[in-house]
Amino acid sequence: MEQAMSTTIKVNGREHTVDVDPDTPLLWVLRDELRLTGTKYGCGIARCGACTVHLDGKPTRSCVLPVQSVSGREVTTIEGLGGREAKAVQNAWSGMDVPQCGYCQSGQVMSAVGLLSDNPEPTDADIDRAMDGNVCRCATYARIRAAIHQAAADMEG
Amino acid sequence: MSDQDTAIGAPAKRKEDRRFLTGEGRYTDDIDLHGQVYAYFLRSPHAHARINGIDTSEAMNAPGVLAIFTGEDLAADGVGGLPCGWEITDVNGEPMKEPPHPPLAQGKVRYVGDHVAVVIAESYYQAKDAAELVDVDYDMLDAVVSPADALEPGKPLVHDDIPNNQCYVWELGDRGAVDDAFDKAAHVTRLDLVNNRLIPNALEPRAAVANYSKGEDQYTLYTTSQNPHVIRLLMSAFVLNLPEHKVRVVAPDVGGGFGSKIFHYAEEAVLTWASRKVGRPIKWTAERVESFLSDAHGRDHVTHAELALDENGKFLAMRVDTKANMGAYLSTFASSVPTILYATLLAGQYTTPAIHCQVTAAFTNTSPVDAYRGAGRPEATYVVERLVSAAGREMGLDQAEIRRRNFIPKDAFPYQTPVALNYDVGDYDATLTEAMKVADVDGFDARRQEALRRGRYRGLGYSTYIEACGLAPSNIAGALGARAGLYEAGEIRLHPTGKVTVFTGSHSHGQGHETTFAQIVSDRLGLPFDDVEVVHGDTDRIAFGMGTYGSRSLAVGGSALMKALDKVIDKSRKIAAHMLEASEADIEYADGVFKVAGTDKSITTAEIAFSAYVPHNYPLEELEPGLDESAFYDPTNFTYPAGSHICEVEVDPETGKVQVVNFTAVDDFGNVINPMIVEGQVHGGLAQGIGQALLEGCVYDPESGQLVTGTYMDYTMPRADDLPSFKVGTKNTPCTHNPLGVKGCGEAGAIGSPPAVIDAIIDALAPLGVTNLDMPATPARVWEAINKAGATRAA
Repeated sequence: MEQAMSTTIKVNGREHTVDVDPDTPLLWVLRDELRLTGTKYGCGIARCGACTVHLDGKPTRSCVLPVQSVSGREVTTIEGLGGREAKAVQNAWSGMDVPQCGYCQSGQVMSAVGLLSDNPEPTDADIDRAMDGNVCRCATYARIRAAIHQAAADMEG
Repeated sequence: MSDQDTAIGAPAKRKEDRRFLTGEGRYTDDIDLHGQVYAYFLRSPHAHARINGIDTSEAMNAPGVLAIFTGEDLAADGVGGLPCGWEITDVNGEPMKEPPHPPLAQGKVRYVGDHVAVVIAESYYQAKDAAELVDVDYDMLDAVVSPADALEPGKPLVHDDIPNNQCYVWELGDRGAVDDAFDKAAHVTRLDLVNNRLIPNALEPRAAVANYSKGEDQYTLYTTSQNPHVIRLLMSAFVLNLPEHKVRVVAPDVGGGFGSKIFHYAEEAVLTWASRKVGRPIKWTAERVESFLSDAHGRDHVTHAELALDENGKFLAMRVDTKANMGAYLSTFASSVPTILYATLLAGQYTTPAIHCQVTAAFTNTSPVDAYRGAGRPEATYVVERLVSAAGREMGLDQAEIRRRNFIPKDAFPYQTPVALNYDVGDYDATLTEAMKVADVDGFDARRQEALRRGRYRGLGYSTYIEACGLAPSNIAGALGARAGLYEAGEIRLHPTGKVTVFTGSHSHGQGHETTFAQIVSDRLGLPFDDVEVVHGDTDRIAFGMGTYGSRSLAVGGSALMKALDKVIDKSRKIAAHMLEASEADIEYADGVFKVAGTDKSITTAEIAFSAYVPHNYPLEELEPGLDESAFYDPTNFTYPAGSHICEVEVDPETGKVQVVNFTAVDDFGNVINPMIVEGQVHGGLAQGIGQALLEGCVYDPESGQLVTGTYMDYTMPRADDLPSFKVGTKNTPCTHNPLGVKGCGEAGAIGSPPAVIDAIIDALAPLGVTNLDMPATPARVWEAINKAGATRAA
């Protein structure tokens, strides 16, 4: 354990000062220090996507992101997610029964919202490319694909 | 509030999803208890070694460390071993070899990841850092990792007193009848098959938080379990010797199980025990590498199988010899998976009159192997369907035709197979016919030609599978070696306000019980879906339960709720008769309204509920107040979901890359409560089956016993771009022996699909001379098969 240091980060629009080793991955600061437990641990090596948050609006794996590197940037977690894309994604997810066990779904939603913010009319290939970093062992992939198309259509409508 | 259709059979939207889509789910690692400290498990870096001594003195002085315990500490305190819940009887009449399974190793470590010590500290990092200071003096021993190797004479012994590492040899069926039939056969198909070892990889790693409350002398364990009551039973009665009523086990939201969270794991018992020793709540969450190393793995069979046929392609007999890997110790249900849940399914959907199966189970220096989605039934289906498809190719029979010639006809039920099961109902031709239509089998030749023009090979693979679910009739299971009952419990509590709480011993970790069970209760009681809440996963709130595995929740847990609902309605009828001043025989019940026949006098379920708790106008002389009924349900038979899977693949012969271009599954699940949830379950099962066939494979180094595939860099998980959009449908025949007529759907996809994928590839590459292929059919393996076949043909 390295020396704890005071770091200020902005999460979901609020500033927090935490006393942790500056190399601590953001994931553990969110979960253990800020009690924002919607963001999940899955692998710790950025290979499963369960820990996806938005960093300045872009999907980012928080399990390999040192907390010091997010100082001065906007972190958004599932708890703070809002806006048109988020609403469309959450509605489509719910309408199409996407989740099963639910564990990976925070990460899936964060990645999907990131995709639609960049590309409001993604093709299947765009979706597979954007989402293939998010593992779902329940294999809700087919519905995720369909729900992203649905969300895109809803945003347009 | 919903204005959606939530009746039985309607695709009601899942109640669970609101919390899962907003980060409000509550999984075990999301739970913190006041004053909690953290555990880190020091695990064996060696596959096989003698422990000469463990020196914890330096680690004990590390910052934040509160305690370090080893196997000796547990033994000194009388802590028992982790039990196996199923006793298999060897062919010689002896019970299986059942070595001690200490929660922390004693004397020897037997696989990489075996538990050596637990370090408890104020923070997780302190515990982990201190664990590095624990000095374990190991004498390394040779390791053995494959079941075939382990059973050979002269190999290293995983347990010193178990010769040849043999746990048991077990058999089912009439060997003499099978031998006679083979003697008369016009054709015999022979295959050597490997059912590849899989690592379950629920995305939520296992975790636990344990607390001992001194004031109440009460233990609480939060854990990632599919069956908290079973954990309470096993941990209390066998490991910690605690009175069961002093132990509460809670399995809150659980992030996927797939079998791997059925079992009672060492960490649960050690944490619970240590929380009393340390006097603080203790939390542990597995790192992913620990999941790879220490979750019970699945499958790992090596099989030689033979099918005897007459000149018309009628099956005469089947002969199967399987070596199954148990891993280093017997996990909770390990012994039953390659026996009771495997050999009994070898009849498949067919009239094969004689079947014999011998299974030899071996201990190896690997993680324990136990049930994984399908548990024994995927292994059986793989044997049966690979044999049938190979026989079809060898005899020049169309794949649908050879199956149809051997299907149990729909008017032959109930049907007694030669391997112990009695199928209640089914229509196998109906699912095959429908699947062929949906898969557009008629158009396949044109697609194959079109692909060939692009230099790609297309193939079709069939799998017409059956499974036995709804575990299980307790008396039958008991006769077969089960050490527990396999019923389920449920309770329906109407509140004075007309709202309902449903308590079920089934556990939902992705199956959507909070929705499906609410649909049943709302439909039967005529109360709004939104007013029904389903509670599960807490031994203090639910009287009893056996949990969720083997696609049993609806068939067994749902049936228990139906029995409780009948009691609620029976009592309500009596209350209604009193309130409506009519005779009970004249009360008609439908859709939440009790009515006096032939009159307009009626009263609703909600009004009766109020009256039951405010019994001013109530038959107090004959009825107790209250409207809260519970029931246990023990099934009379297994259920038999079945179906037809057709896989279409395209293979690039240059690279060996296989693409699943179409996958069709038409299943018979009996009555369906929520088709949307069922379809999701099928998707999940198919992905895991296709994952097994194409991507996933657990590899241990045969020399060192090290796990080679221990991260997501080495073990290929199915991802978004690996899977097609599935075509799924149902052709249902209701189960004849449970009140809902349901069969179960959770495992079907994983059971049916692997042989369909592999035979599709073999079909595609048959023109190149490929006749066999092992899972996972990775590009390298397919490329090698193509080139080997080419070389053989050129020679």
